[in-house]
Amino acid sequence: MLSKIRGAQILALAATTALLATGCAADAGQEGTPADGTTTITWWHNSNNGDGKAYYEQVAADFEAAHEGVEVEVSAMQHEDMLTKLDAAFQSGDAPDVYMERGGGELAAHVAAGLTKDLTEAASEEIAFLGENAGGWQLDGKTYALPFSLGGAGFWYNKALFKEAGIDSAPQTFDELIAATGKLKQAGIDPISIGAGDKWPAAHYWYYAAVRECSQQTLADSVANLDFSDQCFTKAGEDVDQLIKSEPFNPGFLSTPAQSGPTSASGLLATGKVAMELAGHWEPGVMQGLTEEGTGMGEDTGWFPFPAIEGGQGDPAAQLGGGDAWAVSEGAPDAAVDFVKHMLSDEVQRGFAELDMGLPTNPAAKDAISDPALASLMDVRDKAPYFQLYFDTSFGASIGGAMNDEIALLFAGKSDAQKIVDASQDAADLEK
Amino acid sequence: MIHAVAPEVTYAASPPASGGPGLSERRRSTPSGLPPAGAKRTRKPAQRRKNLEILFFVSPALLLIAVFMLVPIIQAVRFSMYNWKGFGPLVDFVGFKNYVRVLGNEVFTDALVHNLVIIGGSIALQLPIGLGIALLLNRKMKIQSLLRTIIFVPYVLSEVIAGVVWFQLLQPQYGVIDTILSKLGIQGPAQGWLGTPELALWTVLAVLTWKYLGLAVILFLAGLQGVPSELYEAAEIDGASWWQIQRKITIPLLGPTLRTWGFLSMIGSLQLFDMVWILTGGGPANATTTMASFLVSEGTKRQNFGIAAAASVILFIVALVLAISYQQFILKRDSQPDDERTKRKKAKA
Repeated sequence: MLSKIRGAQILALAATTALLATGCAADAGQEGTPADGTTTITWWHNSNNGDGKAYYEQVAADFEAAHEGVEVEVSAMQHEDMLTKLDAAFQSGDAPDVYMERGGGELAAHVAAGLTKDLTEAASEEIAFLGENAGGWQLDGKTYALPFSLGGAGFWYNKALFKEAGIDSAPQTFDELIAATGKLKQAGIDPISIGAGDKWPAAHYWYYAAVRECSQQTLADSVANLDFSDQCFTKAGEDVDQLIKSEPFNPGFLSTPAQSGPTSASGLLATGKVAMELAGHWEPGVMQGLTEEGTGMGEDTGWFPFPAIEGGQGDPAAQLGGGDAWAVSEGAPDAAVDFVKHMLSDEVQRGFAELDMGLPTNPAAKDAISDPALASLMDVRDKAPYFQLYFDTSFGASIGGAMNDEIALLFAGKSDAQKIVDASQDAADLEK
Repeated sequence: MIHAVAPEVTYAASPPASGGPGLSERRRSTPSGLPPAGAKRTRKPAQRRKNLEILFFVSPALLLIAVFMLVPIIQAVRFSMYNWKGFGPLVDFVGFKNYVRVLGNEVFTDALVHNLVIIGGSIALQLPIGLGIALLLNRKMKIQSLLRTIIFVPYVLSEVIAGVVWFQLLQPQYGVIDTILSKLGIQGPAQGWLGTPELALWTVLAVLTWKYLGLAVILFLAGLQGVPSELYEAAEIDGASWWQIQRKITIPLLGPTLRTWGFLSMIGSLQLFDMVWILTGGGPANATTTMASFLVSEGTKRQNFGIAAAASVILFIVALVLAISYQQFILKRDSQPDDERTKRKKAKA
């Protein structure tokens, strides 16, 4: 009896051990390179809607066809989801081979942690034609990512609704903007949609007001020294507060998301529920994905730059914006670098421009943009005296996050101009 | 489910659930809990073998607990001592500064208050409503099981899906709820139910009540099955009314179930994250931030992983203290064997 039980125990032990051992073995097999010699590149992007998604799938398939033994594993994600997942991936050391890099303080942190590959030599041709546009992704003379789309933010508006409200020309000054929202409200139209639930769309108002209030030198110094003591930052808050007090935003804007779904800020503009929205160059692409016919506002799409602010030190033609660049994570296979170069090629960039997915950086793709509003945006970008990266990108996530949270509070009527500066400075002091 | 909750709470010898119902049953089978004295010597090798056996079968579970609970807790404590961006080496040691920052942050202290409001609100709403529904559903009727299913469906639904659906329903102007209200001539709040800082937390609480009422009802129904029917019969013979029976017999005997449910509800409320994240993201103006949403936003949005870790350790401690005090002051009476309780009474006298 006893020996029988012992026998059973030994059997159980052996079985368990075997199970554990095979479990480990299976793990080890996944880690190594597969035996058949194919290289797999993982690629994360945020064109998760309509044509853009299909186009990128095609680009990946074309690349696979041209490069034998290379497989591209594409993951299309919603923008915010992608950012969260990227952070987690960097943390676990399991970053995708090709990913989107927004430059500025974020890139600097990634480079400092040794996460991003130096592309200076491998992509010298591309860097040559990108010229100044690659500046946001360069550190100490080295280029770490290749921007494929770069553009400023501005007001996207519905021409038909502006006409209906009797507004003949786009507002040139901040006061005219406030006056225009008044006219729209009188006509029974919600003037501006804003995704304040996501915070950064609200923050863009403050950033832009600061770009208009502060001189180029002040902005550059504040980024370099993490210093917000200049009065122009407080003034920016006062300007934005003035706009908020005139109540131009869509009902429920404090919980409105930026881009997801038809009741998001972009969705409201795309479906003609509001007259305008401050957004980046990505907006036409986002709006197309949010309308049934995939046309966005179509013929009615209009764009005007963030208006001038009287007495401001900044150049009224200066642009606040940002761009997206393809970066290769350290330790990725060489094919990943080839893939990024392929993404910047004339052919891929032209296709990208034809679908109005963004503002191409390859000069050869410039004339391929089909959307007139987007094409005019390209002109604005190339003629701007200087280009300020979005603050949450240029200052990095920690300062940018504190700044955005406090600005969102201002929109909820729970903060003031001085508190935004204080919160940003507090977060900046922790970084010094 | 029914038997797993009720008998263990009433009879198990030690407060922490040291095993499934099987173990406590085994213990019950030896009346005094100890082997007879005469068998001591012969039992020794057998006892050792038994211990080894227990060790062998428990070790995979222990290993899982170590890997997925202990290590992360230790890691969180470690991270909380550093200024860390989430990648790269841990180099910037700051000691307890992150804790000072978290506790001095109004958003976090407000979040703690929101958690407490949710704990109180959940119990205050779900206890009477859940009990009422359970008592009604406990009566024999034709569509009993259909009604039970309907009540339980929200709980089965994934929290994220429920959140997204409610988010759409609650949209200002275009949402179903506002549309229905306006048809009735009632104007919903101008900034929407989720966009008005003063209303947002209560709206979230209402959605949570909808979501978790089913669990309360199902648990209470399970507890009701454990009330012996003889008591009802006896009470009826004595001429007690339906109300008297509920008040004097059902609810007191349902005590252990109610207390266990209260414990689950409290822990769930403390860890509340998914629903808040989807409905409001902690906004507007931080009106619905919970401790969990605070730490996720510090970690993933701002990359202040040190601060996020400190917040998570504080959340852990708050939850632990509340859980232990609940065990100590409320659940303990359920987990003591009856004879021990009488012994203590005697000792006191």
